[in-house]
Amino acid sequence: MSSEAHKDYAGAKLGMWLFLFTEILLFGGLFILYAVYLFFHPKDFAEASNELSLFFGTLNTVVLLTSSLCVAVAVSALQKGNRKLTLILLAATVGAAVLFLINKFFEWSDKISHGIFPDSPILTERVPGEVVFFGLYYITTGLHGLHVLIGAGLLIWVFFLVRSGAVNEKDFVTLENAGLYWHLVDLIWIFIFPLYYLIL
Amino acid sequence: MDLEAGHIVPYRTFIFVWITLMVLTLTTVLVSRMDLGPLNIWVALGIACFKSGLVIFYFMHMQYERLIFRAYLFVALLILAIFIGLTFFDVLYR
Repeated sequence: MSSEAHKDYAGAKLGMWLFLFTEILLFGGLFILYAVYLFFHPKDFAEASNELSLFFGTLNTVVLLTSSLCVAVAVSALQKGNRKLTLILLAATVGAAVLFLINKFFEWSDKISHGIFPDSPILTERVPGEVVFFGLYYITTGLHGLHVLIGAGLLIWVFFLVRSGAVNEKDFVTLENAGLYWHLVDLIWIFIFPLYYLIL
Repeated sequence: MDLEAGHIVPYRTFIFVWITLMVLTLTTVLVSRMDLGPLNIWVALGIACFKSGLVIFYFMHMQYERLIFRAYLFVALLILAIFIGLTFFDVLYR
């Protein structure tokens, strides 16, 4: 009982948010780099951006937004005591994460097979703006992809906690915090998508 | 206390937010294919900000949290805005 008395939901969530703010500043730094180089090389950025697959970019946006919906509904479902629905939605979210990474794999391998990767002989011969664009593309989507992987890991962990009943309708802050992390992954993609795929 | 127990958001709200996010995604793709000059990037960023607002306030429950959460969010975004502002102040007037 004493462990229950020490539960502090607001504190647990506030701590998670503080961590998420540091993540926002981390990616914020990458977006500032992007903005400055876009300012110096708008034409090169547009040229390079046109080489990215609009199809895969849009598909991954839809995948992440839908997975975010699944996590959001999963929290409500658990609060209502519907454990089965929560488990289905968590599994669906992990499935979406895997789908996202598969798409990313196709995108990256396509670029790499065309000789476009950091420090490649083909890329370094191109204009400076395009070199910077692809450098930033790899580091930003790479770091984001790492977050997708970590997020999926967290959701798998919470899946088992929900299944065992350790996380339940009375004690669900772990699910909420893992969900917050997943939404952050979605949030960052919302900015990566227009900046890298839609620049004309 | 209700705040401790957590507010249960109806599924309907989330599905409505998701539909809005999908429509906004379609909008931002379509608008990006039109040539509006420098306006393109601002429209894209505007839509992205609106989408992230929906995610933060509904999916991430910010709408139902205590005021202190919003104050923290405001401070984090303010710091980011200061970083961006100072960087461009340097870049533009170098």
